[in-house]
Amino acid sequence: MAPHRKHTAGCTPLAIPVPAEVHIPMSMHSGAPANLIVGVGDSVTVGQLIGEAATRVCSPVHASVSGQIKRIDTYDPLTGAPAVSVRIASDGEQTLWEGLTPSPVTNLAEFLAAVQASGVVGLGGAGYPTAPKLTLKEGTKLDYILINGAECEPYITSDTRTMVDHTADVWAGALLLKEYLGPKNVVICIENNKPEAIQKLEALCAGVQGMRVHVLPSLYPQGERKVLVYNVTGRIVPEGARLTDVGCIVINCTTVAVIAQYIRTGLPLVSRCVTVDGSAVKHPQNVIAPIGTPIRNLFEFCGGLKDDVKKIILGGPMMGAAVPSLDVPVVKVTSAILALSGRDAEAPTPSACIKCGRCVAQCPMNLMPSFIEDAFERKKVELLRTHKVNLCVECGCCAYLCPSKRPLAQVMTLSKKLLWGE
Amino acid sequence: MTRMIVSFAPHIRERVTTSRIMLDVIIALCPAFIAAVLIFGPRAALVTGVCVASCVFFEWAYQKLLKKTITVGDFSAVITGMLLAFNLPVGIPLWQAIFGSGVAIILVKQLFGGIGKNFANPAITARIVMFISFPAAMATWAPIPVDAISSATPLELIQRGDLAALPGMWDMFIGTRMGSLGETSALALLIGGIYLLARRVITWHIPVAFIGTVFVLTALLGIQPTFQLFAGGLLLGAIFMATDYPTSPQTRTGRIIFGIGCGVLTVIIRAWGAYPEGVSFAILFMNVLVPFINKLTMTKPLGGIKKKP
Repeated sequence: MAPHRKHTAGCTPLAIPVPAEVHIPMSMHSGAPANLIVGVGDSVTVGQLIGEAATRVCSPVHASVSGQIKRIDTYDPLTGAPAVSVRIASDGEQTLWEGLTPSPVTNLAEFLAAVQASGVVGLGGAGYPTAPKLTLKEGTKLDYILINGAECEPYITSDTRTMVDHTADVWAGALLLKEYLGPKNVVICIENNKPEAIQKLEALCAGVQGMRVHVLPSLYPQGERKVLVYNVTGRIVPEGARLTDVGCIVINCTTVAVIAQYIRTGLPLVSRCVTVDGSAVKHPQNVIAPIGTPIRNLFEFCGGLKDDVKKIILGGPMMGAAVPSLDVPVVKVTSAILALSGRDAEAPTPSACIKCGRCVAQCPMNLMPSFIEDAFERKKVELLRTHKVNLCVECGCCAYLCPSKRPLAQVMTLSKKLLWGE
Repeated sequence: MTRMIVSFAPHIRERVTTSRIMLDVIIALCPAFIAAVLIFGPRAALVTGVCVASCVFFEWAYQKLLKKTITVGDFSAVITGMLLAFNLPVGIPLWQAIFGSGVAIILVKQLFGGIGKNFANPAITARIVMFISFPAAMATWAPIPVDAISSATPLELIQRGDLAALPGMWDMFIGTRMGSLGETSALALLIGGIYLLARRVITWHIPVAFIGTVFVLTALLGIQPTFQLFAGGLLLGAIFMATDYPTSPQTRTGRIIFGIGCGVLTVIIRAWGAYPEGVSFAILFMNVLVPFINKLTMTKPLGGIKKKP
């Protein structure tokens, strides 16, 4: 399966210099965008609320630098889609907002309010606001909270660094989840290529009832939530059901740490650890960057890009998105930025499917990608339904393994759209 | 700054390519090729060379004439040529070998859309066409230089009941016996098979199910089970031809069913058929069933719920 390439696992993240300007979209999470509550010319400080949660599935947005609102744009800098985003000119002071106070919690309602106020979303990449995810339907029987520290995507080590450098926050967050959501078990799931994280968290779990570390083989896509639930608990999430329907919640380890940090200090999610790596980066390392920093600044901090750079990716190489520009900002879910050169960057030329069955043998969801591609090409919607393309988690294993370099992952995504009539 | 490439995830790909897989199969066929030359003399190399050259030529010419993308660079035509040659007697007239190559590449492979689209194994089908078209030449086993005992293949001897004339097990294993030029050396074919398994070009399912079924059934029928394994084209067929990707199932269960089917048919033909050998017919017949086997053995998606009727 996919290579590991965890070159930066040993790099303690360094904070980059405060950028001159940050560009913060109101749509850094799934669900409705936040409502902008500041205007051009307003002064803001670090941690100050600038976007209010508009609906239930939404997350507030905070200023990540101190300075002045410079411009309000009407597009999302990542996707180009119409959305509100705001540019803040930094004064370089990083003055903290005076309203930041620790927010100790004593009950579930306070806990969920704190989670929402922290601005945290699924930091593993899904970007689903955490508070609504943790708001359970009445009568939900919760057996497992799986804290996802699998970090199975090649290159990325930002979750590893969270677990190693902020072990106490991960632990405190895990205890809070255990206390207020009351699952039978809290399981911290870590791939076996992160021995330091495993050792630190196992030491804390020792002797604590209902808390344990589950060491997983390092095998992409181990951290995919349904795959993780299956591999750790043996439970299968039925089609159309939520994870909570089988008594499970999967939550990213950095998300957990951010919750604990907010409750401890009152500082919401305004910066994050980002892995900067790839064959075209001169000095790959982990950095801490304010949300909204142009990725150009991160690459510059890492010695700049080599001349032969051909591709820039937000996220990992298996599921991340290639972007055309270095002006796009780091957002809440940006766990890595990669710059690739040469062979890695080229999109290979597909040739005819030779029906080798590799995609069928390796699909973590037991789908049959080669047959789905055939059904897609013939526009057979009924056949797509039979083959359950709706269950595809878009991990990209099929395309990764294909000797004919068929664009299978893309076909899966398009097949779902065809199936759902979009 | 240079323009960035924007493409869909995944952005990295496994190194394996179609041509690398085909090259591995060619490498795996080399021990059997060397054995053929040692056992049957230089004409084995000539026949193989002619088949390979004509297969590659037919593929190139067909694609050139029809203005299609030229795909001879994927080496699959080379394999077809080698496999066809391995299924022919060493004394086959060369024009017949060229004819067979044309059948394999044009009729069986290209007319159905080229690599990956053919439903029948090109080399096997061409062999059967030749077997029926040129029965005399296809059953004339030129005397082998190494201490020829008989001018009949072991399976022909068994069919005639002439068990006394059978070569010894050692001859069967290293391949000094009558037969098609690439099928006789069990040793060489097994080395190739191990290489393919080690390189993960094939999985164990088809060869093990195929060979295992032949062994069990011939044991039950009491017709020299160990001998049957090394006789005829069983190893060549089970390792190299039944495992041909487009003409075999893509699921693991499907591959086992396919292998068992091939084994059953082979034994039926060997035990009761008009022909002494049944491996090619068995594989061709099972090729036809592949779409049904794939459908029958569709994997069960994780969490998939059957639609209510």
